[in-house]
Amino acid sequence: MNKVHELICIVCPKGCHLQVDDDLNVTGHGCPRGIIYGKAELLNPTRLVSSTAKLISSDLSRLPVVTSGEVPKGKIFEVMNVINGLTVSAPVALRQVLVKDVLGLGVDIIATRSVKR
Amino acid sequence: MNKVDILIIGGGSAGLAAAVSAYDAGLRDILILEKDRFLGGILNQCIHPGFGLTEFREQLTGPEYAERFINEVERRHIRYELDTMVMAMTPDKEVTYSNAQQGLVTVKATTVILATGCYERNAGSIALPGDRPSGVITAGLAQRYLNIDGYLVGKSVFILGSGDIGLIMARRMTLEGAKVLGVAEIMPYSNGLNRNIVQCLVDYDIPLYLSHTVTRIIGKRKLEKIIISQVDEKFAPIPGTEREFEVDTLLLSIGLIPSNELLDKLGVPTDKTKGAIVDQNLQTNIPGVFSCGNVLHVHDLVDFVSAEGKIAGKMAAKFVTNPIKTLENQIKVLPQEGISYVVPQRVDPNRIYGPIEFKFRVNKPRNNVFFVISQGETILKRAFHQVAIPSEMINVVLPATTVIDPNMPIIVTVKERQ
Repeated sequence: MNKVHELICIVCPKGCHLQVDDDLNVTGHGCPRGIIYGKAELLNPTRLVSSTAKLISSDLSRLPVVTSGEVPKGKIFEVMNVINGLTVSAPVALRQVLVKDVLGLGVDIIATRSVKR
Repeated sequence: MNKVDILIIGGGSAGLAAAVSAYDAGLRDILILEKDRFLGGILNQCIHPGFGLTEFREQLTGPEYAERFINEVERRHIRYELDTMVMAMTPDKEVTYSNAQQGLVTVKATTVILATGCYERNAGSIALPGDRPSGVITAGLAQRYLNIDGYLVGKSVFILGSGDIGLIMARRMTLEGAKVLGVAEIMPYSNGLNRNIVQCLVDYDIPLYLSHTVTRIIGKRKLEKIIISQVDEKFAPIPGTEREFEVDTLLLSIGLIPSNELLDKLGVPTDKTKGAIVDQNLQTNIPGVFSCGNVLHVHDLVDFVSAEGKIAGKMAAKFVTNPIKTLENQIKVLPQEGISYVVPQRVDPNRIYGPIEFKFRVNKPRNNVFFVISQGETILKRAFHQVAIPSEMINVVLPATTVIDPNMPIIVTVKERQ
């Protein structure tokens, strides 16, 4: 039987109520990104991971970071382990790549602020 | 005494946007006062993505969003003072502030833009029954400790209140290795954005207990456990529904209150928002004093804070070139049953410089409703919403060409679609 999955789109803060059936037909979306999200959420749910890394030679003690793209939900904690092993030295440029191709997932870990010192 | 054309109190998202827009309107004598050691305000600790979709058409983290505005301020060489606290303000717009370099300074401002943001309701604001151990802390403060200072406040956590900061912290602390046992919300619906329920709670199997509240705090010096109970429709705990959780931390995410003390001391009238009553130009009842962002009313999206800051900056610039002595003949904006507040609370029909944006919230979740802005029998604007919930602000914009009767109040109503 073709089951309809009720999802809440998380692409933007609007939070559209999506209905996605097993054939990946999406309804209830407010924009095309909802269709992409609805399909991906059933096939391979992914998320951005944001955290902070240890920062040295700076007035600040933590550097905010994010993955440059989404990673599979099941890999989030492994990505966190990599971030928690990082030590970054100031100065840092905005969106500076701190870890290239983290865990071979095809995305980088990047800085989300610049730090002069 | 030093003089300044535009004094902006607060260097967060509202204040930065106000500074940039005042500059772009032709003003140069602008000063931002910021109490923290960096510009950007609360965005600095909001390291998660989700900001900027309206303002920049892309998804940014809080620090990235802040940096874009900070860069705009730096590029224009707008002056700012960090680590600076405003102590007092007079109705004549003499503002006294202090910092380590300058000591106590009083400056006479032609206009003041209040952009001081909001603070968190804490344990003192609600009657939390039981002991008073350490380990009960507001969610935003825990967020600052974690994301700015690098300290995780606990290992085993329960969260009271389903506001967005609490939801974001549920995920954040989980990622950092804490166990979040649940979130209790006294209302029968969540107060956070839907997307945050999904990506912060559902993703990590954190239960949300709707119509529940904390009914006991237990712990001698450190928090040891809490008891939550289901509540009835009058929010009274139902005996027999108690659940116990062994936790070392209770995070409170129970609402935000505008930091409006400076205007409160001047007796500027406030609304249910706990922010000042303003007209469509964001001017308070003191000519030349403007309020914007979370100190005016608590927003759910920073993009709307920036937009509001820009209006305040533009209107303050207009005031500097063309000062107003008195504000009179303003008409009232009256929210009707079902709407908890509307900003602006007044419309100045003689000073309409562009579209008028009404921002308001419903007082309970509604489906398939029309929002109607009207004067007497005349409907100025109607907007249909499939879903309207208290945690999401509604915006209805009247075009600048709208004819407004200067002798009649403006009514904002919500009606079910027939």
